[in-house]
Amino acid sequence: MARLTFAEAARRALAEEMRRDPLVWALGEDLQQGGIFGQYKGLAEEFGPERIVSTPISESTIMGAGLGAALCGTRPVIEMRIADFALCAMDELVSQIAKVRYMFGGQGRASLVVRMPQGIWRNSAAQHSQCLEAWLTHIPGLVVAAPGTPADAAGMLKAAIRSDDPVVLLEPKNLWTTEGEVEDGTEPLPFGVARPAARGDGATVVTWSACVPVVEQAARDSGVACDVFDLRSLWPWDEAAVIGSARRTGRLLVVHEAVTVSGFGAEVVARVVEALGPGALHAVERLGAPRAPVPFSPVLEAAMRMTPERVAAAIRRIAG
Amino acid sequence: MPGTSDETARRVGMLRDMARIRAFEREAVAAMRSGEAPGVVHPSIGQEAVAVGVCANLHRADRITSTHRGHGHAIAKGADARAMMLELHGRAGGSCGGKGGSMHIADFAVGMLGANGVVGAGIPIACGAAQAIRLKREDAIVACFFGDGAINRGPFLEGMNWAALYRLPVLFVCEDNGFAAFTRGSTVTAGGGPAVRAEACGVPAMVVDGEDVLAVDAVAADLVARIRGGEGPQFLHARCYRWEGHTGTDAAAYRPAEEAAAARDRDCIRRLAAMLDAEEVAAIEAEATSEMVAHRAAAMAAPWPDAAATFSDVQDAGAPAWHA
Ligand SMILES: Cc1ncc(C[n+]2csc(CCOP(=O)(O)OP(=O)(O)O)c2C)c(N)n1
Ligand SMILES: [Mg+2]
Repeated sequence: MARLTFAEAARRALAEEMRRDPLVWALGEDLQQGGIFGQYKGLAEEFGPERIVSTPISESTIMGAGLGAALCGTRPVIEMRIADFALCAMDELVSQIAKVRYMFGGQGRASLVVRMPQGIWRNSAAQHSQCLEAWLTHIPGLVVAAPGTPADAAGMLKAAIRSDDPVVLLEPKNLWTTEGEVEDGTEPLPFGVARPAARGDGATVVTWSACVPVVEQAARDSGVACDVFDLRSLWPWDEAAVIGSARRTGRLLVVHEAVTVSGFGAEVVARVVEALGPGALHAVERLGAPRAPVPFSPVLEAAMRMTPERVAAAIRRIAG
Repeated sequence: MPGTSDETARRVGMLRDMARIRAFEREAVAAMRSGEAPGVVHPSIGQEAVAVGVCANLHRADRITSTHRGHGHAIAKGADARAMMLELHGRAGGSCGGKGGSMHIADFAVGMLGANGVVGAGIPIACGAAQAIRLKREDAIVACFFGDGAINRGPFLEGMNWAALYRLPVLFVCEDNGFAAFTRGSTVTAGGGPAVRAEACGVPAMVVDGEDVLAVDAVAADLVARIRGGEGPQFLHARCYRWEGHTGTDAAAYRPAEEAAAARDRDCIRRLAAMLDAEEVAAIEAEATSEMVAHRAAAMAAPWPDAAATFSDVQDAGAPAWHA
């Protein structure tokens, strides 16, 4: 057990996977310089320039070359720098990577990881702060993982590398420097298994990614004993755990950093209501960002941020 | 009597491949027009020499990426033509089990990594395939086919730079049939064209008469030898002409009929046939036709896929299904 930052936990997990499997390699901008968050630090020195590949600013080809390399039997880790830049490679992700296995009748697999650091971080403004996770969960073929702790950053990255399905790994930029306990030689985590972060009968609160510490704090501050679930992966997601809890508490809150409208919270709420019937819940709420871009100025950015205060207030609202 | 020397055998082999591609596509177009083959086919009739001249220089372990107009590339690389015909008909036993159709034919067993419904999308994939080949120390190269229309997409620029930068073993083949769908390429393409663009990124380029299979073969042999020798990516700009419309049902009214007629007079198959024994040629062509006619009949007789296959091979995580 060691106390590690999110970035260091992820860095170690990648190094361990690269030592384990010589077919694992990584490509993206500035990787030989350690990556922009230090999550590749030292890896070029250990694994050489053929396995830690610094690329041109060519997102379509970073993504598409990752696919070609997967189809030829390697396991690429595709670094998008930040999720917003993956928009320059959407054809490669959505129409190629997510579809090849299906279109080709199972002949090829896109066994690869796409790392997309996402979300609000240090006044990065509208083009460097987006959470587009709901778009990705809509695409058949993709696994979407969204860890919110250093331990899960390591476990999810390992699982993503070993997964035969393509995995989009959403890494919360705001948590790169957050510390947490991480097992030595972390085991890969299963997708679709939520982490119960707190337990109580007052409400069911569901979250993931950067909102995990925010919600954990809010649950403590709210004065309401609630079940808190960190979903850890959005597709597949732990429907059973959430539905089971909501059946017991009758009160459901979903919290995410992404814009509320058409956010993944809508999917969570809809599935729970379908499963339990329209009358089963006493209170339900989605708490996400208003439908606005992320602004620059600290004062304005703060107005878009999820805070423990906003979440605690929502918990109290639904707990009645 | 021809047919004794290695060179003659190579020519006969290329004639057979071109004849098989043409026969396949004649049947495919007829099947599309009759409605027996659902959806769309994009015929490469008239362009066979490009696929065949290039693939004559590839080994089984080599990979190719292809396009929406990819039947020729697949057959020239050795793909199973019967499975392809079944695929075009959406039948069980098709190359992709009926899930892909003409635009997504793949045959991984022979290194055919897939046709592609998105113009230019094969270029990054080919680059990555070459990187994997290098990482695995495989003795193989990648040939990447795309049309003249693809050079106006971003991935073309990215891919040329990328392949040159990492000195990847890729042969880029720009199959310039003069048109991108209904638009003449020259009306939407500025500057000096595909070869100039490739060379600007440091990828050496050759231009070839893509209606002369011997010329394509010779130039491809040279470029492939350079690639296998570790000289990095090479570029082949093959000029040709699309005899048919953009799809099997496009009458191509946007171009003068004489232009297409002139292209038919330059027929790559007849040009090679003129150098071979006429009887042997006739036999090869007859055999190609009967093979593809039989494949089409087999396709019509083949069962439809089991509807349950709709929901297989999506991904391991999750099990797609209608609500019960
Ligand atoms: C990115 C993209 N844009 C548009 C299309 C529609 N489309 C299909 S084929 C085609 C023309 C392509 O021309 P070219 O690359 O020269 O290939 P050719 O059809 O001549 O073989 C177009 C525009 C597409 N498939 N993909
Ligand atoms: Mg064209």
